[in-house]
Amino acid sequence: MSTEKHHISTYMSHGAVLVILLSLTALSVGMAELHLGAISVAVALLVASVKGTTVLTYFMHLKYESLFTKIMVAAVFLMYALVIIFLFFDYLFR
Amino acid sequence: MSNSETHPQVSYLEYQGKYKGILGWITSTDHKRIALLYLYCIIIFFFVAAFLGLTMSIEKMRPGQDFMNAQTYNGFFTVHGIIMIFMIVIPGLAAVFGNFALPLLIGARDVAFPRLNLFSWYLYVTGAILAVLSQLLKGGAPDTGWTFYVPYSAGSSTNVIWALTAAFVLGFSSILTGLNFIVTIHRMRAPGMTWFKMPLFPWALYATAWIQVLATPIVGITLLMVIAERVLHIGFFDPALGGDPVLFQHLFWIYSHPAVYIMILPAMGVITEIFPTFSQKPVFGYGAIAISSLAIAFVGYFVWGHHMFTSGISYWSKWFFSFLTFIVAVPSAIKVFNWISTMYGGSIQMRPPLLYAISFVFLFMIGGFTGLFLGALATNVQLHDTTFVVAHFHYIIFGGMGFAFFAGLHYWYPKMFGRMYSDRWAYIAWGFTFVGFNLLYFPQFIIGIQGMPRRYFDYLPQFQWGHFLSGIGAFILVTGLILMAWNLIYHKKRGAIAPANPWKGVTLEWQIASPPPVENFDEIPVIKHNPYWFGTEEEIRREKKS
Amino acid sequence: MAEIKNIAPSEHHDYQGSKMGMWIFIFTELFLFGGLFLVYAVFRTQYSADFHKAAEETNTFIGTLNTIVLLISSMTVAMSITAIQSNNKGRAIRLLLVTIVLALIFMVNKYFEWGHKFELRLYPGSVVLTNLPKGELLFFGLYFMMTGLHALHVLVGMILLTVTIFRIKSGHVHSGNFSLIENSGLYWHLVDLIWIFLFPMMYLIT
Repeated sequence: MSTEKHHISTYMSHGAVLVILLSLTALSVGMAELHLGAISVAVALLVASVKGTTVLTYFMHLKYESLFTKIMVAAVFLMYALVIIFLFFDYLFR
Repeated sequence: MSNSETHPQVSYLEYQGKYKGILGWITSTDHKRIALLYLYCIIIFFFVAAFLGLTMSIEKMRPGQDFMNAQTYNGFFTVHGIIMIFMIVIPGLAAVFGNFALPLLIGARDVAFPRLNLFSWYLYVTGAILAVLSQLLKGGAPDTGWTFYVPYSAGSSTNVIWALTAAFVLGFSSILTGLNFIVTIHRMRAPGMTWFKMPLFPWALYATAWIQVLATPIVGITLLMVIAERVLHIGFFDPALGGDPVLFQHLFWIYSHPAVYIMILPAMGVITEIFPTFSQKPVFGYGAIAISSLAIAFVGYFVWGHHMFTSGISYWSKWFFSFLTFIVAVPSAIKVFNWISTMYGGSIQMRPPLLYAISFVFLFMIGGFTGLFLGALATNVQLHDTTFVVAHFHYIIFGGMGFAFFAGLHYWYPKMFGRMYSDRWAYIAWGFTFVGFNLLYFPQFIIGIQGMPRRYFDYLPQFQWGHFLSGIGAFILVTGLILMAWNLIYHKKRGAIAPANPWKGVTLEWQIASPPPVENFDEIPVIKHNPYWFGTEEEIRREKKS
Repeated sequence: MAEIKNIAPSEHHDYQGSKMGMWIFIFTELFLFGGLFLVYAVFRTQYSADFHKAAEETNTFIGTLNTIVLLISSMTVAMSITAIQSNNKGRAIRLLLVTIVLALIFMVNKYFEWGHKFELRLYPGSVVLTNLPKGELLFFGLYFMMTGLHALHVLVGMILLTVTIFRIKSGHVHSGNFSLIENSGLYWHLVDLIWIFLFPMMYLIT
């Protein structure tokens, strides 16, 4: 255990991440208030994805994990994306 | 090679922990004991479900009602399916042989999370109890088929909720086993065992485990949605409430097609261990077999739509899923060629495990080819929901996975119990099983093409010859199964003492005593060679030249 | 467990292994919710007008408030791991307690939010709901299923964090062995991660 190196994040960096996340939340709520119609869905999901990635990278410490863990997480999201695409092969072309 | 006399450790069967008797087993976190716990449960449930199958075959030997009514028949095929799929074939090879052999094959003392492993078994038992209750409770056995298609499963007045909950719990047991195996394979390989020095059964288990982890939650949530639909009247799938029944089929098959690979991949892994041992020759195309396991797992994840060609999915969707279905046949075929080539030029010993393994290849090929008939769009329309599908499915699941299970059982039996069974009786039981199996299912291909629908209680007289032959086949098959079970159970206590390495295998599990000591290895071995390395370097070089 | 000595005598606790196990468990949770997201996506494309209308019924204020609460709680968990790693047990425990309080606030908000829906007779199976257009009916079905399942995960997370506090107090979790707090932390971030996607789907996409 003691031989392994762990990256210790500072309290400040966690605080900074929170500020980013809160601003993104404000952004997406604000955009929703503008009633942009069709784009609003895309914007909301895009902002959510950025927030999700931030949580994964910093709070969940992915940035400091092994390459394998990163690949694993990326592959799992890719798999899910493929499932959505193949499912919509049916619903979009009916 | 060590034997039990000089061994300092006591065998896992004799080990006396804190508790005695059965408590010592059901509180044990030893992967070998947990494997046997699964094995016993699976054998018991297998005979229950096989009995249900037999009675259905007998009922259908004559058109019309003979000794059970249509509703009982519906309950029987549903419970037969639920038990066979969720309680036997999905956990079957992975939980029994995976638990028993995986740590031995990679040179570890146990799996990564032994307590989680025991917990998986408890979940399995809980699910099994729920499934049995669904059959017995007031309200009647579920009659939806194991696929739980809505809207019928949302409305049927039988004990569908119990069966759904059972499948959900069993799914979580399967997920946790998969999780355990992935971490075990990553973290606990013996020193020197790189990925490509790992035996091929662990490779197959690795691919399987990823599907278990990534596909099972989808069916879990789908079953929860059906439960919510029944209890809370939330209409996800019921058209009357705005839902979409085809969406249920999508979600169900997103899991349940990969589930077929959860069943068959470990089976292929077991077979891959058996061929080199009984040919006394390194496996042919090691890398191709290892990678094809992953390829099957990956592509197999995306072929679910081929169960829905007649459900009204879009043209492009049909085209695409049919294409992928044909693609997934390629890595399967690669494996078959490799098994055959492994035997070529080897010194073959036709012992019972190899006999079962060869029958696996034969039956799996029939099942695989007929799968292509079903994967082709035009023939699918004709064959969908006929007994052709039933026959194809049983050739894959029983002929494939079932025979691989028997092969694995005969292969590792001496290691598990430290005794030998009777080869003679094993051959006789194989004869009955093999003939009975083919007689039971082959006619269903033919009457299926002629138009006999599946799951039907009654039929036109023109199909009677097929059902009659099937019925006779069922009797022969069950006789074979009983003989096999007798042979294995009888010799568990009375058979000749098994040597450490009865088959002259070269993988790690044969280098330790039979049955293995509690902690498997006195000293964790250091791996220098490929897993299927027979004889000296000289010999291998000579072999390569010839 | 009774036969703990049957387990391989671990020279060292496999830190990487247990974290990998937790990540894999997180994947299964993501796919569990992923199934619901698929259903949402399909119905949203089919009934976008109805979903638009129904989403206006949800309380954006409470939704935003809960988002903020969960984000802050995610930070406090992350900080508590920093505290453990720098050997400050007291601070780690205090930060975890803050997290649990924030989780409670989340649940109380959820209680009022659901309570309000029930007052409006917008609950599954109600007459009002059944008479709504199909898409709105589906939206509320998904709303209750998804936020309900998420709330269940919040509860599980709270239990995990409580257990962690006790393990820190008893000295099992410290700067040399912090797998438990790290894994509970990962679980808590997962709860947050799912909410990050639920929030726009249920409250914002109007």
